[in-house]
Amino acid sequence: MVAAPPRLDVRGVSKIFSGKVPVHALTDIDLRLEANEFVSLVGTSGCGKSTLLAIVAGLVEPTTGDILVDGVSIDGPGRDRGVVFQAYTLFPWLTARQNIEFALGPEGLSGAQRRAVALEHLEMVGLTAFADAYPRQLSGGMKQRVAIARALCYRPRILLMDEPFGALDAQTRLLMQELLARIWESHRLTVLFVTHDVEESVYISDRVLVMSNRPGRLKEEVAIPLPRPRTVEMQESPDFLALRHRILRSIREESMLADPGLAQVAGELS
Amino acid sequence: MSTAAAVFLILLSLWLLAELLRLAPPHFLPGPVDILGRLAGLASDGTLLGDIIASAWRIVVGFSIATALAIPIGLLIGTYGFFEAALEPLVDFVRYMPVVGFVPLTIIWIGIGDGQKFTIVFIGTFFQEVLLIMDNVKRVPREMVDIGYTLGMRDAGVMRRIILPSAAPQIWDSLRLSLGWAWTWVVLAELIAANNGLGYRITVAQRYFATDTVIGYLLILGILGLATDQTMKYVGRGLFRWAER
Repeated sequence: MVAAPPRLDVRGVSKIFSGKVPVHALTDIDLRLEANEFVSLVGTSGCGKSTLLAIVAGLVEPTTGDILVDGVSIDGPGRDRGVVFQAYTLFPWLTARQNIEFALGPEGLSGAQRRAVALEHLEMVGLTAFADAYPRQLSGGMKQRVAIARALCYRPRILLMDEPFGALDAQTRLLMQELLARIWESHRLTVLFVTHDVEESVYISDRVLVMSNRPGRLKEEVAIPLPRPRTVEMQESPDFLALRHRILRSIREESMLADPGLAQVAGELS
Repeated sequence: MSTAAAVFLILLSLWLLAELLRLAPPHFLPGPVDILGRLAGLASDGTLLGDIIASAWRIVVGFSIATALAIPIGLLIGTYGFFEAALEPLVDFVRYMPVVGFVPLTIIWIGIGDGQKFTIVFIGTFFQEVLLIMDNVKRVPREMVDIGYTLGMRDAGVMRRIILPSAAPQIWDSLRLSLGWAWTWVVLAELIAANNGLGYRITVAQRYFATDTVIGYLLILGILGLATDQTMKYVGRGLFRWAER
């Protein structure tokens, strides 16, 4: 018997942005996600983590390499991969419910069924009361909750999230992390999550991948063996702090390499 | 608003005073009373309404054709690099040719009837609209378009169901701006050669030193322009309640 292929298989992906000065964004990325795994990509800004996510989404062509979903090579973006961006992307002319129905797209559902699916997903993110609100009437956190509901309602095999909480204030961010952890624990999803917030990555992931500076490589893989369900109190535990410290140190090395001047000034100050 | 009204009132009072004191000969600067009397006369024999209808009709036709073509072309140029490379320089070039200069040419080609007025309004609005709409379309956030592709939509669907509605409030504002210019272009065409319309009446009045008619019609044009603009604004607010302001 042959073992099932991984849910997501990134094989030898490199990316060079051509231009007057070509930018070598990613080098030789190999990465596998098993079904129902939650994996975070962390790294300094500009390390190429968002580019890698866009390549997996099919929105950016890799210069070399291949992306396979359940063993099949991707050809551009598709409904097997749902995406949530940091920028607010709800369609402002549609209500929260209509935004979700929009994503149900060509699936052969009746009007009533679509409505039911949309409301079910709004309930999942706790926004039943805002079904008929337009995006301008929603806070940043609410918009991102609808965006998550929209990305999940058509059952993609992988959820790709690019700093989805990056624009939110610290308090809202924490609540959103908890909400996402609950959704993941109860629905079992495969998630590739890009963030520069190390605590967030440790709190929510099964594995954290640290990327090097440009041209981005996968530098280190840190397994997060903390028990599930994750709780906010866990963030004070010695295990959590040790994991956080290890990842932070790894990123810090990269920051110092990226900007030796800053590292030197920071060193003299401390 | 009340400040603006006060400025209007002060100017009007000074003007009235000038009329009462006969500070200027009427063929140079007629007073508000004279002008109102003249406009009342032109209104009662149907001349004024006839002129307004003639000019408005020319705008409606010229502007509608321009807009019906400018929206799809602006969308294409704003969305696809190929169309931008192919058409944007051409549109930009024509836009810099003064509309006034097209009046003699269109008279040679088409004559001085309604067709020529439609054409002038079209030339004056179409090229501007294409460039404005292109710009509106380019401002649609990249991520919103990307979401469409990740939902499995194709280019045509993304353009029709995401880019067009997303840019619609800004496109409406561009049309509003363009409609304001349309009044200028129609009067321009009528001043040079026409048989009726607001611009035509102004030229005829000038020949007879009927300065009261000239100024009266200018005021009417101001009011019509302002009214169209406010109507567009009001309708736009109703259509795009969802838009963030």
